This record gives sequence, C-alpha cells and structure tokens, in this order.
Amino acid sequence: MSTILEINNLKKTYNSGDRHLTVLEGINFTLQAGDTCSIVGPSGSGKTTLLGLCAGLDRASSGSVILNGVRLDNLSEDARAQVRNQYVGFIFQNFQLIPTLTALENVMVPLELRGERNVQREAMDLLARVGLAERHDHYPTQLSGGEQQRVSLARAFSNRPTILFADEPTGNLDEETGEKVEKLLFDLNREAGTTLVLVTHDLELAEKTQRIIRIKGGHVVSDTGAPERVQQPEGSNF
Amino acid sequence: MSNNKPNPDKPRLNIPWLLKMAWRDTRRSRGRLLLFLSSIVLGIAALVAINSFRDSLQLAIDEKARSLIGADLVMGMNKEPDSLSLAIIDSVSTLGERSDENRMMSMVYFVKSNDTRLVQVRALEGGFPYFGAIETNPVEASLSFREGKRALVDYNLMLQYEAQIGDSIRVGAVTFAIEGALHRIPGQTAMTAAVAPVVYIPRQYLPETGLIQRGSRVSFYYYYDLNESVQPDTLANKLDPRFEEYGMFYDTVETRKASMGRSYDELARFLALVGFVALLLGCVGVASAVHVYMRDKLATIGILRCLGMSGKQAFLVYLFQVMGMGLIGGIAGAALGSVVQLILPELFKTFLPVSVDAYFSVTAATQGVLLGVIVSVLFALLPLLSIRQVSPLITLRATVEHLTNQKDPLRWAVYGLLLGFIVVFSRWQLGTWWQALYFTGGVIAAFLVLALLAKGLSWTVKRFFPAHWGYVWRQGLANLYRPNNQTLLLMVSIGLGTALIGTLFMVQRTLLSEVSLSGTENQPNLVLFDIQNSQREQVADLTKAEGLPILYFDPIVTVRLEQINNLTLADVRKDTTLEIRPRNFTREYRVTYRDHLSDSEKTEAGEWSEGQYKGADRVPVSLEEGYAERIKVKVGDSLVYNVQGATIPARVAHLRRVDWNRVQTNFQVLFPEGVLEEAPQFHVLMTRSDNEQQAAQFQRRMVETFPNVSAIGLDLILRTLEEVVSQISFVIQFMALFSIFTGLLVLVGSVNVSKFQRVQESVLLRTLGSNKKQILGITLMEYLMLGILAAAVGCVIAFGAAWALAVFSFEMEFVPVLWPLLIIFVLVTLLTVVVGLLNSRGVLNRPPLEVLRREA
Repeated sequence: MSTILEINNLKKTYNSGDRHLTVLEGINFTLQAGDTCSIVGPSGSGKTTLLGLCAGLDRASSGSVILNGVRLDNLSEDARAQVRNQYVGFIFQNFQLIPTLTALENVMVPLELRGERNVQREAMDLLARVGLAERHDHYPTQLSGGEQQRVSLARAFSNRPTILFADEPTGNLDEETGEKVEKLLFDLNREAGTTLVLVTHDLELAEKTQRIIRIKGGHVVSDTGAPERVQQPEGSNF
Repeated sequence: MSNNKPNPDKPRLNIPWLLKMAWRDTRRSRGRLLLFLSSIVLGIAALVAINSFRDSLQLAIDEKARSLIGADLVMGMNKEPDSLSLAIIDSVSTLGERSDENRMMSMVYFVKSNDTRLVQVRALEGGFPYFGAIETNPVEASLSFREGKRALVDYNLMLQYEAQIGDSIRVGAVTFAIEGALHRIPGQTAMTAAVAPVVYIPRQYLPETGLIQRGSRVSFYYYYDLNESVQPDTLANKLDPRFEEYGMFYDTVETRKASMGRSYDELARFLALVGFVALLLGCVGVASAVHVYMRDKLATIGILRCLGMSGKQAFLVYLFQVMGMGLIGGIAGAALGSVVQLILPELFKTFLPVSVDAYFSVTAATQGVLLGVIVSVLFALLPLLSIRQVSPLITLRATVEHLTNQKDPLRWAVYGLLLGFIVVFSRWQLGTWWQALYFTGGVIAAFLVLALLAKGLSWTVKRFFPAHWGYVWRQGLANLYRPNNQTLLLMVSIGLGTALIGTLFMVQRTLLSEVSLSGTENQPNLVLFDIQNSQREQVADLTKAEGLPILYFDPIVTVRLEQINNLTLADVRKDTTLEIRPRNFTREYRVTYRDHLSDSEKTEAGEWSEGQYKGADRVPVSLEEGYAERIKVKVGDSLVYNVQGATIPARVAHLRRVDWNRVQTNFQVLFPEGVLEEAPQFHVLMTRSDNEQQAAQFQRRMVETFPNVSAIGLDLILRTLEEVVSQISFVIQFMALFSIFTGLLVLVGSVNVSKFQRVQESVLLRTLGSNKKQILGITLMEYLMLGILAAAVGCVIAFGAAWALAVFSFEMEFVPVLWPLLIIFVLVTLLTVVVGLLNSRGVLNRPPLEVLRREA
C-alpha cells in the first residue's frame, strides 16, 4: 500500500505586525491510499488550517507536506494548483459551486482544466450517480443546498482524485439531507478507492472514518491510530 | 519521497477552453458588463466621428482642390505693384490667361434702406474663376455683373438690409445695381463671409469710385489659368525668391490644399482631443467597474484556483472578457461615431471651404474598434493583475486575505503602459511630442487634483464627523467614506466632465466680455479710416458737428524696413542663426508720428520727448518691445526705413510697452514729429457715439460726404465676434457633450456597482423599521453631497483652467464670469441626484424580502 499523504513536523504561524500567532505546531501523520480520516477539534483549533496545508491551498511556515510523492512546500502556487488538479478533490461546507456555470459545467471544469475533451458524457454519468441528471442544466441558485452539495460531490470525483478533502461537508445542511450526502460521500469514496480527509465538528460523522485525529490549540492531542483496513471493491475507480 | 515538480510538461493554456470559460462566466453579469463598456462607447464614437470627418474632408478637398482657388496660380500683394513686380506679373501672363482683382475694406450704402455697412469690396476683371464658380442667385449673375455698373452682394448682407435684386448700392462715388446674391466664392468659408461680407464690382469702375487714394489699403490679386504645358508649382517655386523679395504672396492648388489640410487638421486634432478626454473619462469608469467586478469574482476565482486553474489561466479568462467588452464597445462606438459624422458637415458648415459628403471611413472605424480593445485592456490591467494573486484559501475562509502578495512589480509596468499610451495617443492626435507631454501633464494633473480632493473630502468628513446631526444626515455623510464608497470615482468622472464644459463656457464668456468691456466708459466705439490729408479738417468738423468727440486722430504712413544694424534682407537670408525672419523686411509697417506717448503706452527703455528731433543724422524712433525683440534690437541700435522710396536712417531711441487690448490706434513703430509730415499718408479717427442711431446717422453722413472714408462700429465687431465665438463654441460644446454623457454613464455605472451593497444596507434598515422617507433621505443626502462636491471641484478646476488659458494663452486680463459655472454646478448636482435616486428606486418600492432574493 502506497503513502498518499505524509505530514512532517508541520508548523503554521501568522504574522500581524509584531505579533506572531502559531496556529499549528508539531503535526505529524501519514495516510495510505484508501484511508479515511477525520480531523476534529473545537472552533479555532486549527483543523481547517491543517486541511488547507494538506491540500496545498496554503504554505506551511515550517515542516513538509508530501502529497502523492510531491513535496508541496517547495512548489509555486501554480505548481500546487496543478497538483490539486491531478490528485485532489474538494468538498466544502458552503458548496463553492461556480454560480455562472450549470450543474453539468461545474462538474466538467476539473476535467476541462486538464485539457480533456468530450467530458460531457463522463460528467453526466457522475451527475446521474448523485441523482441530479435531470437537473444538469440548472444553475446553483436554482438548486437546494443538498442538491448543490451533491453537485459538489460529483465535481470532487470528476478528476478521479487520489485524495479527497472535505471541509464540514454537511455543516450547512439539515439532518436528513446531511445524512443522504454523507452516505453518498462514503459510497462514492469507497467505489473510487480514494483517500478521504474529513474536517468536522460532528463526532458521529467522524466515527464513520477509520482514523480520527483530534486537534486542540494547534497540536494533535490524540490519533486513534491503527486504522482498520476496509476492503475496497476492485475496478471501481471513476 | 520526491522533491520533483508534479508534471514536467506544463499544462497547455488551451485558449479555446479559456475563451469558453470567459463566455460562460459572463452569464450573470452581461448587463453589468454592457454598462461598463457603454462608458467607453461615447469616447470612441467622438474619435471615430472626428477622424471619419477628417477623412471625408480631406477627400472633398482633394476632389475639389482646383475650385478652391479658382485658378492654377494666384499671385498677390498688399501694395501697388512696382515695375519689378509688374514685370513678373506680366511675364507669367504670357503663359496663360489672367484675371485681376483689387480688394479693399470700404463702406457701401444701401440706397433703399438708407443704411451703410463696412464690406470687402472686390473689383474683378477677367474670366475668374477658371475652375469652380462664383455661386450666385441667379446663376448667370456671376458673369453678367461684369458687363456694366452692376454688383454682386453677399446673400446674408442682402437679407440683413432687405435688399432685392435690382436695388441700388453705392460703393464710393458710384451707384451699382444689385445683379445677384452672392452665395459662395471659391475657397471662402461662411465664417469669413460673416466677418467680411463681400461685394463684387467690375474693376473698370474702380477708379470712378474714388476708393483708391494715396495710402489706401488695397490688395492686388492676379489669377492665372496657365497653359497645360506649365506646371504651376514648378513655376511658383522658381519665382519664390523673387516673390519674397518683392513682398508678393502666391497660392497654387497644391499649396492651398496643404495649408487648408493643415488648418482643418489642427481643428480636427483639437476636437479629437476633446473626444479623447471623454474616452479617458470612460476609461476611469472601466477601470473602476472592472475593479469592483473583480472583487465580486474573487470567490469564483478562488474555486477555480482550488480546482487547479493556474494564475495565468485565471488572468486570461478575465482578460478575454475585458477584450470582448472592449471589442463590443469599440464596434458600438465606431458605429455610433460613423452615424454622428453624418451630421458633422452640417455642424462645421460655416468653417468649411467646400461642401463635404460624409462617407463611411473604414480606417477610422477600424481604429475605433482597436482603440476600444486597447483602452479597455489597458485600463482594466491593474485590477486584472491581482487575479494572478488570488489565494485558493478563500474557498475555506471568506475572511482570509484574498491576495497572496500585494506588491506586484508588474503594476509599475502597467502604470508605465498607461502613461505611454496617453502620451503616444495624444502625440498622434496633436502632432508634436511637446504638446502631447503638456496634454498628458494636464490630464494627469486634473486627475490628481480631483483624486486628492476626493481623498481629502473623505478624510475630512470622517475626521470632523458631525456626530450630533440627525440620523439621515449622518448616514448620508458616512456613505462618503465607508468601505466601497463612490467618492473617488464620482469626484474624478463628474468633476472632470464638469471641469471640461465649465472651462469652455468660461473661456467663451471671458473672450466676449473682454471685447464688451473695451466698449464701456469713454473707450471709442466708432473708427473712421482712409481719411486723406486734404479731408482731415473737414472730417474733424463733420464729427464735431454731429456732436461726437474726437478721441484719437492719428496720421498713418506706410514704411518698409531696409536694414537692421547694417544687416539687409540678403544677409538675414544667408545667415539663419541671426534668427530674424525675412518677413520683417518684406512686410509693410503702418507707423505714426508724435512726440508724446498715448495712455496705452508705457516707457520700457530710453526716452521719448517733445521736440526731440532736430535734424540729426539718424531719426530717433520708438519701438514696441515685442517688435524690438523680434528684430533683435535694443536702444541705440540703428535701422534704415524706406518711406515710399525715400530712405530714412533711424536710431532706436525708445522702447514702449503697448496695451493692445485697448480699442485705439496702436503702433509698432513711432516716429518723432518733423520727419514724416510730407510723406504720403492717411488718417484714422476714433470717436464715441452714445447710441446706435447716432452712429448710423454719422456713418451715413460720412459716406455721403466722403465716399472713400470707411467707418466701422464696435457694435458690429462685437456682434461678428460673438457670432464667430459662439459658432466655434457650439462645435466644441458638441464634442464636450460626449464627455458629459460619458460622465453620466460612469455615474450610472458606479451607482449600479455599489447598488448591491446599498440594497443590503437599505433592506436591513427597512427590516429594522426605517421608513421609505428615511431611506430616500439617506440616498438623496449621499448623492447630493457627491454631486455638490464633484460639481464644485469641477467648477474650481474650470475656473483655474480658464484663468490659465486667459493669462497664458490669450494673454489678456482674466474676467471671471461666474454665472455659466453656477448654472453648470446646479445642473450637474441635480443630474447626479436624479441618476442616484433613479438607480435606487428598486429598493424603495419593493418589499425587503423580494429585493434580497432578487439581488442575491
């Protein structure tokens, strides 16, 4: 089994004038292909910052992030964007769909960014998988929150990522819709064999992952380590 | 672990997909983008219209070039030809056919209406014009008037004096029957016809009129229809040195085309600059709108960056949008400009020597479209550059610092590009680098002044905020400095538009009031000239008998300059480093003689006193300081004048400063008494009438008694000047309108830009219980303050610019005429308030929830 994400002695400090605020320090962990992991902690503990660093959205003050064998902290912003496009999928709490694109176009974007052609069919299949084939030509404002997050799920898997980062994926949804989205997320993840990193307040959701990393005050306070491997179905990669 | 880059092959830019993304991304903003681009449409339209018109005019001049001068070659001089000049005139006659014409300013008397008027009398002999026609009504009158005592009279003059064909008109001592109304003379514009209306008479009756007396100011013109074998320009070039030496001037079709092209080109260049100011104003609107547009697009850019889009790709997506916007704006501007240019020939009619058919100029339209793209991109570059630095982190945290690095060295390159563009474009329009730099400096200064004032205003309101004022006032005032305020944008756009139109009005009024003021108090308002020596006493008696004062009565002698400190014309021609123009030797000077200074003259150097000339070798002369500078002399230097054949050695004894603005006879050269008394001369008398009736009666009596004496009233000069100035102003104001409308569009655009924020605030206020009146009051207060301040600053700049133009360009005393500014101030303020309120009406008339849903 190959290592997908390797975090070494990670530290993040924000400078504001003479003040230095350390939000993360001494973070170390490794994730293997197909692992599912939650990062939990109270507000302001640094979990979203950690997600941003792991996904290459931000640069660490020290330490290293190695994603799929690529060390991110040495890369330019554009190079990191290329890494994200090749290996990473995202799901956000507030969906982050592009408001000027239809549901279908939103799903197509990661593939189109790679320069792939004739991706419409593939994107439609994904939309069908999340139950929104009929709504493919609707704009985000014409969709409910749950529907938007389902489009977001389809988009996250469209570029066949090796790792998926989800930031409070059900945080903006009611309980019933949230449960449906959760199920869909785990189903899709299992089918694709993707490594999943989940940031959440919701312990119930966190417990559905193999591993839980608890953060408090910028430090890892517990890591329910020994992940139990879940058998992945073969040939189910998107 | 590896340290390698993710993929050695950089992703291709995939331009077609980026174009597709650019198009997709406009979906919810097309109306807004159209509004942005509308602010450049008018500026481009103005430039395309002027440049198309310039092309049409050039084509018309080329097509009708020969009819512009009516002959192959025209030679002329402002004095009676001597034997040497006559030799040239006659020798050229052997190469073709010749017509002779004498021109002079003289009074004519309309017998039926018992009125007199100063006109330009043209006494014509021969078949002129050889090309084109003297346009008359009836048509045949242009030929038949030459057959007897018949005259052609300017059409407008006939209307003015209610003269009919067949009526009598007296020119000097001869009465002519009006044969036809004169509509157009080759090469003459309606404007020059208005300044000096023409009356044609047959030349054979000129001596009989008695208009040509000693010292009379008569010009002699000779028109040639040359044989086909003769090249007019080759001939003129060959004779050029002799023309200059004998004080002759000439014109060929080519020289006229060139000079006409130059002068109209200058007018078109100036108007194009006014259009360019409108375009720059629109560009400010574009830059500001794109800035706000980009701010709204940050989230989308963040998502795209998160999904793997590079900074360059994101930059290109929005660059393509701006280019598309510029392209559409350019096409719309070019189309509008091409339509507007159709009405320009009518607008410029009074200035044009030929009728112009407007045609679609592909060159001007293409330039307009390109310009649209270029200015849109250039002025949007600053906000566009920041796209490259948008952090994908904003997808996780909306409050995060959106830009990864604020210090982008490319910003300086963009500033350089913007400056370079303005300089190069204005160089293209103006023709010289210096003018381009001055123009650019002026534009930047105006922008800076407005921007600084706007910043200062925001700071002042914030610093000295009237905390005890009522809620509506406080809220309205606070909008001037709160985040996303429109203070800077509106101050610059509305202020600049106001400044432009205000300057035009101020300069126009100052020019006119300068002349009006000259006519007040005891200043002369009636001038009599061409009074002969023998008529001097009688004219003075008649003036007094009519109850009019004699304010000035000066003898005038015509002289020429032969030597300056022993340098002759030949020396000056040989050595250009002397910087003395040959024209100083070839031209004629009208001088007077007296031992005292008039009240418009002041001593600058030397002495001028009674009885100073006592037969010394060299005659002391007094020179006007500017003239002395031009011929490079100072007190003590020697000069030699030629007074109609007699050589007079002179010494510069005195330098004077002359107030040329005074309505009185002023001179460059003053001789002492006791030298020129016996020389051929005429006299000029200046008087003052109390009313038009008295002036008219006096002029009639004068023409009846002394037909050769001409009289002109200041009222007529004033009326003519007013007509000329208002016609020119109208054209300039027409172009300035583009700036005003652009300013309004920028205003509408900027109000819309901030609409969402205003809507949110207003809806929140309404939800919290504010009533419609309070919301309206806050909106009104904000736009009223902005309108007042933008208009006030614009008016202050206009005042300064008009002062600078008056003092440095027109060199006259600045007369502040404030009422046009007051009107402009009120109008601009009202417009700002109205546009602001109209744009906000959606918030007032709908339920809060509906508005929030619609704007979301």
